[in-house]
Amino acid sequence: MINRRSWQGWVLVGPALLVTLVLFAAPMVMVILTSLYRRTGGTTNRTLSLDNYLRLATDATIHQALLNSLEVVGLTVIFSTLVAYPLAYIIAFRVPAKWQALVLLLTVVPFWTSYVVRSYSWLLVLAKNGVINQTLQSWNLIGEPLTLANTRFATVLAFVHFFVMVSTLTIYASLRQIPRNLPLAARDLGASPFYVFARVTLPLSIPGVTVGAFLTFVLAIGDYITPQIVGGGNELLLPQLLMLQVSRRGDFPLAAAMALVLLVIVAAVYAVSAKNLTLERKR
Amino acid sequence: MTGAGIDVKNLVKQYPGQRALDGVSLTIDPGSYTVILGPSGSGKTTLLAILGGFVEPTSGKVTVDGQDVTSVAPSRRPTTTVFQDYALFPHMTVGQNVGFGLEMQRVGKKDRMSQVSEALEMVGLAHTKDRHIADLSGGQRQRIALARALIVKPRVLLLDEPLGALDVKLRRHMQDELTRIHDTVGTTFVHVTHDQEEAMSLADTIVIVRDGRVDDIGSPEQVYLNPISAFSAQFMGDSNLIEGTITDDGNAADTAWGRVGVSTPGNPHDSVTVSIRPEHIEMGATGPGNLGEWIVAESHFLGQRYRVIARRDNQEILVSLPQSSSVQQGQSVLLGVAPEMARIVKGDLS
Amino acid sequence: MKLLRGSISWIYALLVFGFILMPVASLVVFSFQATNLPLPPFTGPSLRWYEELFADSGMVEALRNSLVVGVVSAFFSTALGFLSAYGLARYRPAGARAIRAAIMTPLGVSYLVIGFGLAITANELALGRSLVLVTLGHIIINLPLAFAILLSQMRDEDETLEKAARDLGANEWVVITRIAIPVVVPGLLAAFLLSFTLSWDEFLIAFFLADFDVTLPIEIWSQLRTGLDAKTNAAGTLVFAISVVALTLAYVLNRAVQQRSRRA
Repeated sequence: MINRRSWQGWVLVGPALLVTLVLFAAPMVMVILTSLYRRTGGTTNRTLSLDNYLRLATDATIHQALLNSLEVVGLTVIFSTLVAYPLAYIIAFRVPAKWQALVLLLTVVPFWTSYVVRSYSWLLVLAKNGVINQTLQSWNLIGEPLTLANTRFATVLAFVHFFVMVSTLTIYASLRQIPRNLPLAARDLGASPFYVFARVTLPLSIPGVTVGAFLTFVLAIGDYITPQIVGGGNELLLPQLLMLQVSRRGDFPLAAAMALVLLVIVAAVYAVSAKNLTLERKR
Repeated sequence: MTGAGIDVKNLVKQYPGQRALDGVSLTIDPGSYTVILGPSGSGKTTLLAILGGFVEPTSGKVTVDGQDVTSVAPSRRPTTTVFQDYALFPHMTVGQNVGFGLEMQRVGKKDRMSQVSEALEMVGLAHTKDRHIADLSGGQRQRIALARALIVKPRVLLLDEPLGALDVKLRRHMQDELTRIHDTVGTTFVHVTHDQEEAMSLADTIVIVRDGRVDDIGSPEQVYLNPISAFSAQFMGDSNLIEGTITDDGNAADTAWGRVGVSTPGNPHDSVTVSIRPEHIEMGATGPGNLGEWIVAESHFLGQRYRVIARRDNQEILVSLPQSSSVQQGQSVLLGVAPEMARIVKGDLS
Repeated sequence: MKLLRGSISWIYALLVFGFILMPVASLVVFSFQATNLPLPPFTGPSLRWYEELFADSGMVEALRNSLVVGVVSAFFSTALGFLSAYGLARYRPAGARAIRAAIMTPLGVSYLVIGFGLAITANELALGRSLVLVTLGHIIINLPLAFAILLSQMRDEDETLEKAARDLGANEWVVITRIAIPVVVPGLLAAFLLSFTLSWDEFLIAFFLADFDVTLPIEIWSQLRTGLDAKTNAAGTLVFAISVVALTLAYVLNRAVQQRSRRA
């Protein structure tokens, strides 16, 4: 009876698959196709060619943008993980059990405000006459206001602010999965608290770290808003470059090629970290 | 409403790597309380699922009152199933659960409500109509599941290990309830279990299944006192199994323990397996069926009887002795089998 | 040593939470600013900017558009997610793993690329730009999430409930609407509200696909480019408030449903 109904299963799954095909697969195919066109003299030349990819391979600006993106996202991943880990640890092991959910909720709160508005808030905080500069000046720590806004520092700071939340959640989940008796067993066998952490807790929480880092990477590398608003669009990152092609130059084919490069980077990172990308307990 | 008779012919169910049913044929009498008894993996649950229409057999036929239902969906069979975990709809009240089948039959609300009340009264839960399932105990849920299944007046009621989740006392009570309800309602009950005591207490017909085949079938007395196979002899209670040779006159078997009279004559000089129930062995017997002297190795007082393990050389025998016998460990006893209480069974000692 | 460790933990936690919550706090506080700029010193409290917000027809319309797009796209993501999760879990069609992978793939692609892809496709098909396209874009980004949430809610025990219903004479329609759906209501709520929340604040895809009828994030963005004042703080605080309400609603409804259909 089960097998007879396999076709009914397809009927139920069909709409979702159709939607995915039309709204995702087809556009992706279009992107690939468009990347093989060229924009010449204001119109789209539809003969297939690899010109765009050649440009990507040779153009120094594009290389710089790619490098910038990797650096910014790399810094973001490193700092968010560094800030998130102790926080996740504290929530998992120092906060009483019944408050943990509430505390986690608090870390997620920034997520509930508008992304655009939040980015502008950071701009204001970092501006020449913003909160930080005004506070530092009133405490006489600095004479002249610091240039904080519209810099790479601002972009990374704003990114970290958002992605600490992601990594805190994944690392917390991973820490909670560690069976309670493992650290106890280690202590029983004579390990100091430091060793218990370094040899038992930390290694077992790596999946959480990896998943958080991966999510951060994927989300940050395609993020247009934060570098644009908080970073002032001063540094050219991949998303900025792509949008430039689309809005100012109308060079869709080149933009499509860049989009594919973005996809390939994400796919490559996924392939490398795939086996670590699960929060399930390893037996 | 009278129950339907079921005819099962040569049911085979093959799963990749496993033959769950290997040619099962049997007849279930209308209105009977038939228990399908077997250890886990014996195929009893698969058999019930096929009767209910949830699984289609690889080959074979199922007829209910003469109608071929082998490929008929559960909703259109005259059967209803009580599932092992009761499967009560958690988001509906008791009344909505019990009335569900009637709703599917488009019975009007007023009529439905009165039938629901009747059904709940029959299972002794008259005032729970508006309660939520989550608030009920295991035993109560079991009875609601029963009410829900019986309210649609099925010709056959299928029960899949319905008492497994209940504790011992509750189980006994529910067994009485099931018997009472069966007698009141008259539907054919087909009940699957691995508990032989439960089977004997409820059934008028027991079907013993093993490895996808029917091993033995009969009333509780028949299956207990006249087991067909060594397996069913050991499954239906304790049994001593020993090999022996039929004597010249065919009325006894010579075993390593002695000569014992057999209940049905056998072919002279045949090698057979003999089953002797512990309660059919007496103390102090001489004459026919005498098994000689044994030393009591273990003696456990169980209240109504003594459960005794006696040894001689490297032989071991299990005996059930009356309360008055006061047997002690180390004691030497004379044992004998009551006349014609040993049974010839098929199969071997493994 | 332990005391020091304990207090270091608390200091660290306090610092990090301060860092996390500060922008939000300043956002909310300065939405009540009396003067123009949402910068210290705080000159409020004043409702001036909320009045200006609701008087701003552009903002109000964008707000309404966001709500409509959010509700419609969340509805379809949830419905499609439910059907495919149910079909996969109960019927186990051939190629189940491939189906699951196919539905989840959009999760691995940046919104930038999805939005861009939809834009050039719409261009090729001469479909122009519209809120309908934005809604479609939001459906595709939320479908994998709704699917994943609902798939995790389909437990094997629930299949027995459906068997029992069929046994009692229910046809497939009744089984789905009266039995399967009610049992996964917590999951449906979670999927719907998550999809709504993600659509509500989504900028990139909307930016690619909308024309003159815009969603709230886009409206805020364009207004900010022309000048900075505390009205955007009011908008941001409003978004925050609505998100809080939506998520609280999700929590409360979830608890209520679970109370009613608690299992043993």
